[in-house]
Amino acid sequence: MDITEQLRALATIIRKEVHRFLRIWMQTLIPPAIMIMLYFVIFGEIIGSRIGKMGDFDYMQFMVPGLIMMSVISNSYSNVVSSFFGQKFSRSVEELLITPLPNYIILIGWVFGGVARGLMVGAIVTVVSLFFSELTVVNWPLAIFVVFLTSVLFSLGGFLNALFAESFDDISIIPTFVLQPLIYLGGVFYSITLLGEPFKTISLANPILYMVNSFRQAILGVSDLASLGISLNVAIGMILFFIALFSSIALWLLNTGKGIRS
Amino acid sequence: MSALLIKNLKKVYQGGLEALKGIDLEVEKGDFFALLGPNGAGKSTTIGIISSLVTKSSGKVEILGIDIDDNHSLAKKKLGVVGQEVNFNQFEKVGDIIRNQAGYYGLSFKEARENTKFYMKKLDIWDKRNEQARKLSGGMKRRIMVAKALVNKPELLILDEPTAGVDIELRRSLWDFLTEINHSGTSIILTTHYLEEAERLCRNIAIIDNGEIVENTSMQELLTRLEVETFVFDLEEDINSLPSIADYELKIENPRKISVTIKKGQGLNEIFSLLSNSGIKIASMRNETGRLEELFLGLVEPTIKETEHGYH
Repeated sequence: MDITEQLRALATIIRKEVHRFLRIWMQTLIPPAIMIMLYFVIFGEIIGSRIGKMGDFDYMQFMVPGLIMMSVISNSYSNVVSSFFGQKFSRSVEELLITPLPNYIILIGWVFGGVARGLMVGAIVTVVSLFFSELTVVNWPLAIFVVFLTSVLFSLGGFLNALFAESFDDISIIPTFVLQPLIYLGGVFYSITLLGEPFKTISLANPILYMVNSFRQAILGVSDLASLGISLNVAIGMILFFIALFSSIALWLLNTGKGIRS
Repeated sequence: MSALLIKNLKKVYQGGLEALKGIDLEVEKGDFFALLGPNGAGKSTTIGIISSLVTKSSGKVEILGIDIDDNHSLAKKKLGVVGQEVNFNQFEKVGDIIRNQAGYYGLSFKEARENTKFYMKKLDIWDKRNEQARKLSGGMKRRIMVAKALVNKPELLILDEPTAGVDIELRRSLWDFLTEINHSGTSIILTTHYLEEAERLCRNIAIIDNGEIVENTSMQELLTRLEVETFVFDLEEDINSLPSIADYELKIENPRKISVTIKKGQGLNEIFSLLSNSGIKIASMRNETGRLEELFLGLVEPTIKETEHGYH
């Protein structure tokens, strides 16, 4: 396939993926908005008012970047894992495997499908958050860059999960037992600086910490990164490193046929 | 140039099952070729390897002269595959399913739209283009599969049991359609359990059994090997007994139906006149089983019996 044909094929996969999650918008776009609204009401309005300030910000303002990031992460991941595993399960992935499509186009197509949903949900959650909190973005390009990279990374994670999964149970194990705890312990609801040792040090091994705090840095202009002695470049470098690692593994698995070829 | 060339193809699955034991196969360009065999013989594994759904253990596969290991992308551009089972997202609209398939082959939007329309009209599913595929009958889904496999205008089309479970009307219309596209230059490889279908459509045939090719010849040559053939005659009037006719084996199936076994070299004209002279009027006739079926059973019967007894 020449480059034009590859781009057409890529556009087809992305269009199909976007069409898929828009077709079932009641399952894909509305629940995150409702969930975030509940977070704002319960943790922001009811409990948050008793917590007081988190640094220089209201607890609600502090939470907003974390909640946006949480929605982006979980939706990017779940879009790819459920869509690709669904295709494996129904054998409709064969539609792609019999074509001349290079494996990297398949991977990019699915990842961009996940990114599209992640960013769309991120935008919806941002709009919802405006009803509850004042949101002033300090650094727009950085905010978009971080949220895009994070969405790419977790779309790749979803793709890897789908490749390994052999049953529907397998696609819920990682989100429930790995992803969700990492998100909740990644500084969405609290500042890592509040933790004592050894939990503070252990938290540094959580990659989501770097994403949430990079995004918070872009939105609020401050984050835990400085107090932890980590520069923004290192945090973004970590995200890029994991993207490179996950894409290499995913491509290697696709090339060897793991999970999709007999 | 061959449409398909397979040399010493082997496949051993994880767990040690040897599905293909080094098969050789050549399908000429423009051919309508039957690949037959009992369940588990290795047909679907062979097709899976050609279409890259199954990874081969060793051997060589060339599609239109292109080695799938050397130029996998170009080889697959020339290939269309109708799988055994429905393998598209049934929640999508029929038109989208076929147009997306064209997109995966890198066709431009205009070309994809035109090809989609052309094959959907040819297969009589154009008026279903905006319906969700899951709402359609099994026969309609089969047509979607065929349209999907053709939308990139492949030079080699492989059909893995395309008419399984579809009604007679659709089966016959698919036969006509496949014959038409074969005449227009598309090479076709067909696997089917309907041996009548293979006999009617295909010029050449290979029979695979237990991972090995046990027969590979022209349909005509294979059929000439029949030693005996049994015909069923429906009669215009009831009969109670049969006349004694030398050299023919006759049997009353019911008062209105008799069967006659004819040996190689014996003609039908003679038996017609002998029966007519005995006052038996024939209303219609047919083969008791398809001719190919008799040969097929002779070639693969040991495997079928073993399978029935659970040895496999």
